[in-house]
Amino acid sequence: MRHIISVVIENETGALSRVSGLFSQRGFNIESLTVAQTNDPSLSRMTIVSTGNDRVLEQIVKQLNKLIEVVKVSDLTSRDHIERDLMLVKICPTKKDNFDLKQLVDVFSCKVVDVTDKTYTIEISGKTKKLNAFLDAFDPASILEVSRTGVTGISRGKKLI
Amino acid sequence: MKLNGAEILINCLQKEGVKHIFGYPGGATLHIYDALEAQEEIIHVLVRHEQGAAHAADGYARTNGKPGVVLVTSGPGITNAVTGIATANMDSIPMVVISGQVPSPLIGNDAFQEVDAVGITRSCVKHNFLIKDISEVAITVKKAFHIATTGRPGPVVIDIPKDVTINQMEMEEYPETLKMRSYKPTTKASNRQIKKAAELIANSQRPILYSGGGSVIGNASKELRELTRLLGCPITQTLMGLGAYPGTDELSIGMLGMHGTYEANMAMHDSDCVVAIGARFDDRITGNLEKFCPSAKFIHIDIDPSQISKNVIADIPIVGQTKQVLQALIEELKDAKIADISKWWSQINTWRRVDSLAYKKKSGVIKPQTVIETLYEVTKGEAIVTSDVGQHQMWAAQYYLFNEPRRWINSGGLGTMGFGLPAAMGAKIAMPDRDVVCVTGEGSIQMMLQELSTMLQYNTPVKIVNLNNRYLGMVRQWQEFFYEKRYAMSYMDALPDFVKLAESYGHLGILVENEADLKPALVEALKQKDRTVFVDIVTDPSENVFPMIPAGGAHCDMLLAGRDEMVSKDETDFNAV
Repeated sequence: MRHIISVVIENETGALSRVSGLFSQRGFNIESLTVAQTNDPSLSRMTIVSTGNDRVLEQIVKQLNKLIEVVKVSDLTSRDHIERDLMLVKICPTKKDNFDLKQLVDVFSCKVVDVTDKTYTIEISGKTKKLNAFLDAFDPASILEVSRTGVTGISRGKKLI
Repeated sequence: MKLNGAEILINCLQKEGVKHIFGYPGGATLHIYDALEAQEEIIHVLVRHEQGAAHAADGYARTNGKPGVVLVTSGPGITNAVTGIATANMDSIPMVVISGQVPSPLIGNDAFQEVDAVGITRSCVKHNFLIKDISEVAITVKKAFHIATTGRPGPVVIDIPKDVTINQMEMEEYPETLKMRSYKPTTKASNRQIKKAAELIANSQRPILYSGGGSVIGNASKELRELTRLLGCPITQTLMGLGAYPGTDELSIGMLGMHGTYEANMAMHDSDCVVAIGARFDDRITGNLEKFCPSAKFIHIDIDPSQISKNVIADIPIVGQTKQVLQALIEELKDAKIADISKWWSQINTWRRVDSLAYKKKSGVIKPQTVIETLYEVTKGEAIVTSDVGQHQMWAAQYYLFNEPRRWINSGGLGTMGFGLPAAMGAKIAMPDRDVVCVTGEGSIQMMLQELSTMLQYNTPVKIVNLNNRYLGMVRQWQEFFYEKRYAMSYMDALPDFVKLAESYGHLGILVENEADLKPALVEALKQKDRTVFVDIVTDPSENVFPMIPAGGAHCDMLLAGRDEMVSKDETDFNAV
C-alpha cells in the first residue's frame, strides 16, 4: 500500500542523508522524497512516498522516530489530507496530438509558462494520478522532458502534523 | 582565559567524569593529544590498533556501565575503529568516539587522511556529529554523552576538524542540563499496559521469562530476580543477558536459542505467555519465526519502540526502562493471585532430565567443555569472562554459569572475532581488582593479537584461555553438518607457537596438551596476579557445539550431542544463515 509520510527534522547538514540512508539500510522503498525548510528556518519538512504493508509502515515510522534529529513523523495517508505533485513538462506536439493544446491546458487547469517556435513548457500541479493522466494525453514522442517535485502533503482541517 | 578547541574538548571530557580514553594519535588529533598530555585527570591508553581501542572502550563500558571513550585520528584512524563502533551499536553499548578530521577548508578535497567519517559511520552509530565551529565543542560533547547513555544506549561519533582544535575562544561554562526537542527517549511505561501484562502473567498456565541484554544494560538484575522469585516461574536468558539472573538458580533453565538448552527451547515452544524483557527476538533466538512459540501470547518490554513487533508481534507492548517496568510489575503482582504452575514445572523438569549439555569425555584429548568447567571451578564462577566469536564463545556461555550481571562480555549482535582480548583489557582497566579471563580460539585471537603489547605497557593482567582446536570451529561445524564435510578454508595451518608469542610480548605462556595438566595450569595462571598469562590449550578438533537448532529450524527441532541422526537435511533451510 502507498503511504505518504511527513517528517519534521532539524535543519542540519546531513539530515537528508540520515533519512535516505535509513531507507536504503533497512530495505524500505522510496517512491519520492521532497524536502525544504519550513516557516521555522531551524526545521525542515520532508514528504516521503513509500509502499509497504502495515508492519513495514510501522517500522518505517518507528525507525524514523529513532533518528536523533527527527522531531515528528506522521503518516498522512492515515487521515484526511491534501497531496500535491508539481510537474514542469516540455513538449513538442507531433501530428498524432490532434487536439487543441489550449483546450487541454484548460481541462487540466494548468498553464503554459514558456513557448518557443518548437516547444511549449507547461506547469501542472495536482495528485500524482492527474499528472500521469496529463502525460498520457500526449504521444510519448512529443514529450521532450519532464521534471516533477514528488508528492508533498498536509492534513486537512485544524489537525497539525 | 582563552582556550583552544582541543583544551575545551578535554575540559568537557573531564566534566563528564571521563577517567580513561582508549586511542591512537595521528596528524588530525595532535592538538588534542597535546591538551591530553597537559593534564592528569584522564588516563590515555595507547592501543596498537584503533579497532582495539573501540573494543577496549566497549569492554570497559560493559563492565562498569560508564560510557567508553575512544580517540582516533582521521582517515584510517576512524575506518579502523568502525568494526568496534558497529559492535557496540549492535549490543547497545554507550560509547563516545572522538575522531580527528582534516582542517575544515580541506574537507571534500581528498586531503591526506581524509574520509567522510560521518558518512561512513552513519549506519552503525546511534548518532554522529561533525563540529564546524569551536563554539559547538562543549554543547556537542554534552549532547554526545547524553545520547550515548540515555534511552537505548549506543555509540556516538564526534568528528572534529583540526582547525577547530587549534582555534581559540573563551571557555564557557559546561552546560549542566540539556534539552533537545528532537530527542526525548521514553522512560516511563504506561500503567495500563503494566496492569494488562500483570493480569496475563498471573493467569498463565505455562509462563516463561525471556530476558536479554536490556536487563544487564538497564541494571535491572535486582528487579528481575525479585519478579522471577515472586512468580516462581522459569526464566531463560539470551547470550547477551546471561548473569542478570543467576545461572545456578533453580528457576533458571539456561540460555535459549540456536545453542540454548533443550529445556529452555522446549519451554519457549510450549509456553502460553512469553515475557520478553529487554530482548529483541533476534534470529539466533527465534529460529524459524513461523514455528516460533506457536501457542504463546507475547509481552514485550523494551526501551526502544522500534524493537517491538519488529520480528514477533507483541500482544502487550511495554515501552520503558526494564528496571522501572519490572518494579511496576512487581508492585502489581505482589498481592495478586498467581496461577499454580506446578504442572508446567514437572514438564520442564522432564526436559531438564534430557541433560542437553552432557558430553562424552574421550581419553587422550581435552574436551573444550571441560576447559570451561575447570575454569569455572578454578575461578569459583566469579571472574569477568570476555570471549571472541565462535564455538568457544558458545561453550563459555553454556558451561560458565554467570551469577552476576556484567561478568559475561561478548559480541552478541555483530559477532566480531577479535573482540575478546581488547575487551578483556578494557574490563581489567574498569575493574582492576577482579580476575578477567578472555576465552578465545586460535582463529579469533589472531585478529587482535597486537593488543598484547598494550596490555604489557598498561599492566592489565588478563588470563587468556585459548581453546586451540586448529580449526575455525564454528565454520567447520556448519561445513560438517550442512556442506557434506567439505572443509573449505576452516583449517588453520601454520599457527604460531602461542607460548613463545606471549613470551615475546613479555607475558607468560603455558601450553596444555593433557587433561591432567589443565587444572594446575589454570590455577597457576590465576595465581599470577600481576601478569598476563596465555594458556594455550590443545582441544579436541572434532567437537561440535550442542544442542543446536539448525538455522531455519523450530525450537522443538533440536540436535543433541551424540544424536546426529536428528539432522534432517530436508528440514534445513539452506538460505538461512
